[in-house]
Amino acid sequence: MKFAWEHVVGALGLVLFAVGQYQGLFVSPAEREMGDVARILYVHVPSAWLALVAFTCAFVAAAGTLFTGRKGFDALLEASSEVGVASGVLLMITGALFARPTWGVFWSWDARLTTTAILVLTFFGVVVLRSLVPDPDKRATWSAVVTIFAAINVPITYYSVDWWRSIHQMRSDAEAMSGSIRSVLMLNALAFLLLGTWLIAQRYRLARAHARAEEPLPLPREEAAS
Amino acid sequence: MIVFRQIGAVVLKDLLVELRSPTRLSSLFFYAFALLLMVAFASSTTDVMRRQAGGVLWIGLLLASTRSFDQSFQAEHDEGALEGLVLWPVRPVALYYGKALANALSVSVVALALLPLLIALYDVNMRGDVGQLVLGVVLGAGALAAPGTLLAGITSQARGASALLPLLLFPTVVPAVLAASRVTTLVMEGDPMGQASAWLGVVGALNLIHWTASGLLFRWVVEDA
Repeated sequence: MKFAWEHVVGALGLVLFAVGQYQGLFVSPAEREMGDVARILYVHVPSAWLALVAFTCAFVAAAGTLFTGRKGFDALLEASSEVGVASGVLLMITGALFARPTWGVFWSWDARLTTTAILVLTFFGVVVLRSLVPDPDKRATWSAVVTIFAAINVPITYYSVDWWRSIHQMRSDAEAMSGSIRSVLMLNALAFLLLGTWLIAQRYRLARAHARAEEPLPLPREEAAS
Repeated sequence: MIVFRQIGAVVLKDLLVELRSPTRLSSLFFYAFALLLMVAFASSTTDVMRRQAGGVLWIGLLLASTRSFDQSFQAEHDEGALEGLVLWPVRPVALYYGKALANALSVSVVALALLPLLIALYDVNMRGDVGQLVLGVVLGAGALAAPGTLLAGITSQARGASALLPLLLFPTVVPAVLAASRVTTLVMEGDPMGQASAWLGVVGALNLIHWTASGLLFRWVVEDA
């Protein structure tokens, strides 16, 4: 059996994740205002970035499906939308855990939180839609249409903290963070990106295998000739 | 120009079907009206009712219109009319805008019919500009109908359509419903800070995005019908 390249990426991601989380929990200094609670940022922020990358990837795959009709794009759409939803759910759970001690509530109807919830729910709709359409061609086209519609929310979610200033902090630039926090955050972001790539690649292969299994078997030679 | 003639013909067709047997429009109205009544009964005080009037109107319209969008395509599939229209040939973009405009018109008519009932039942003191209220209702209805028509075109052909359409539609239209209900509430409760026009701008921008994206994407929905 051929060795898949993504396993190297996944193994590297796993090592970086272990190192990154250790650094985040035990080595990195506590945040000045929030203290140790802020260490959850080393999961929360990378999962947000991974979700946005995966949803953008799903959008590109959807456009590819509609304009070229190639099955590979459909498999990529399936893989990246599922990884995006999983990462988005992790983002919201860690966000709620972070919000309780810092804002006093698990959830606030702030623009960033609302747009994120909408984004994850619309892509969850794509995943459910795919499970309810048995015809592979219709499934590919319809889920691509809904994905493009859902992806409209990606830039809105990203820029929501700038457009509607509310309780969620604005996007931090590199200068706003101390060097030690920034380097650990970047290490964890890289780990999430590599693990996400591994998951998407594995899920892509599974979707391709599933699509091949769905293809009708070739007719026996006599029947084909008649 | 032929596209505009086709859009007009599809709008007239859908409205004519509705006028001959107005079950869809009446069920849309009574569904939303029943929700207004239920929330009114459940509310503890008149003051609470007044404050939530705008939100209740839009929740009612959202729930009722979901069923209505689904039915607008179900009729086409039952009689094989959609295939006939595509083969006629009506351009997909004209078919989409025709059906979406007819849906937007239906939701607007029902919303405008519900407004006086809402004002009377919820004891609302109208403090703002009625023109802004009507504009908010029409724009909100448009922002519901644009993605609703596109997504109903898909879900009406899929298994479990009645459960799938809300799942796809609700997250998509939540920003529009939030903005439209803010406009309605601000106009009803008074708008000393002049925020209603900003929220109208948000609903207008969402209309622009939804109508453009849905019109561009609809051809793939009917190509596979």
